[in-house]
Amino acid sequence: MDAQFLELGTHHVLFLLIVGFIGGLVSGFIGSGGAFVLTPGMMSLGVPGVVAVASNVCHKFPKALVGAYKRFKYGHVDIRLGLVMAVTAAPGMWIGAGIQQWVRERFGESGSNLYVSLACVIVLTVVGGFVLRDAWNIYRGGRMDAEDEISRLARWVQSIEIPGTMIHFRVAGIRVSALFTLPLEFATGLLASMIAVGGFVGVPGMMYVLGAPAMVASATELVIAFVMGLGGTIKFALAGLVDIRLAMIILAGSLFGVQLGAIGTTFVAPYVIKVVMGTIMLIVAVSRGLVVPVYLAELGLIGLSQPAMSLLKTGSFVFMVAALAVGAFIILGAMIRGYRTTPS
Amino acid sequence: MSNSSRLWGRLIASGVASALCYAALFAYEKEIMAAFTRTDGLYPLLPVVTAFVFSFAHGAFTGYFWELLGIHARPAPRRTVVQVAE
Repeated sequence: MDAQFLELGTHHVLFLLIVGFIGGLVSGFIGSGGAFVLTPGMMSLGVPGVVAVASNVCHKFPKALVGAYKRFKYGHVDIRLGLVMAVTAAPGMWIGAGIQQWVRERFGESGSNLYVSLACVIVLTVVGGFVLRDAWNIYRGGRMDAEDEISRLARWVQSIEIPGTMIHFRVAGIRVSALFTLPLEFATGLLASMIAVGGFVGVPGMMYVLGAPAMVASATELVIAFVMGLGGTIKFALAGLVDIRLAMIILAGSLFGVQLGAIGTTFVAPYVIKVVMGTIMLIVAVSRGLVVPVYLAELGLIGLSQPAMSLLKTGSFVFMVAALAVGAFIILGAMIRGYRTTPS
Repeated sequence: MSNSSRLWGRLIASGVASALCYAALFAYEKEIMAAFTRTDGLYPLLPVVTAFVFSFAHGAFTGYFWELLGIHARPAPRRTVVQVAE
């Protein structure tokens, strides 16, 4: 497949370095982030969509590798949980991609965009709202220093003993049946292929369904991102779609960010991870919600003027950038507060 | 050799390695793009291998960079798990 590759200018490099750094910071902290701004950001610079996705994936796996290594040293990573999640999420992703392909063939590009945006709004609002509500309850209850509260669902899942199917995840401190992890991972892959940011489903799934602590779930997500990113890179490289220059420029910024984000997790209470994740998810939901009328208009289901459509698209991008910026702001603020209260 | 000098040495060594990687990438941009977008033989492995090499060189550099700035991880605090009451 022949793809168009961009002539790189200074402004391209600066943009990718800055967004890469902030995306890396958020990834190192909550396990994922950045892709939802980097891909449309690269497209706005003139990079074809498929090359933007491929180059983003190619920077993701080395970033996740460095982040996972860093957080492994802090005792946050459950490698077994990460590998089990990644391997069994793959069939869910294939089926999700198949559904998306069917929607595109049946309803065209606008129909596909509408489907992805609506899925984003629903999933991110429900899951993000739940995560943020949980963080608020922890804050209100004054239990900020406690490691984690185990949800009722996770306690029930952990209480079911099915001989021959039990898996012990040592770092996460949980023992659950594979009959629960398999459908969870499948659903995670399915939803991840719809909203394109797997961590927004995988991390809450590990926390609230399996009962993994937020610190372990967010770090383990980096192992999943590594496996998925490596597989995705090979897939796109086989089609000749990876722009290695773009990927390595983003990586230059994101490796500074991911290390800082990983260090940051050692200075904050675990509930801050939930605050950052829930906040970003809800702002991204607003961003995707803003473009729903645009796709409805493109499908001829509602009437909308061209300036109104441009305004909504710009507003959507601004909200996406804001999601990343707000996340970075909360992380840096929490880190600075944590750093100041640390005895030297 | 003191800890600080050793750290500076590592920062400089990894920084030079990282800079050489990026200099080579942009000095041979056209040739690299032509080879890295080929889909035959083992060419599709080139982006994967490159990403690993850059992550080792630049990852080490960024790690030492934060360390020299005095930004270290805090030792792990004591953890408590709270169970929700029935």
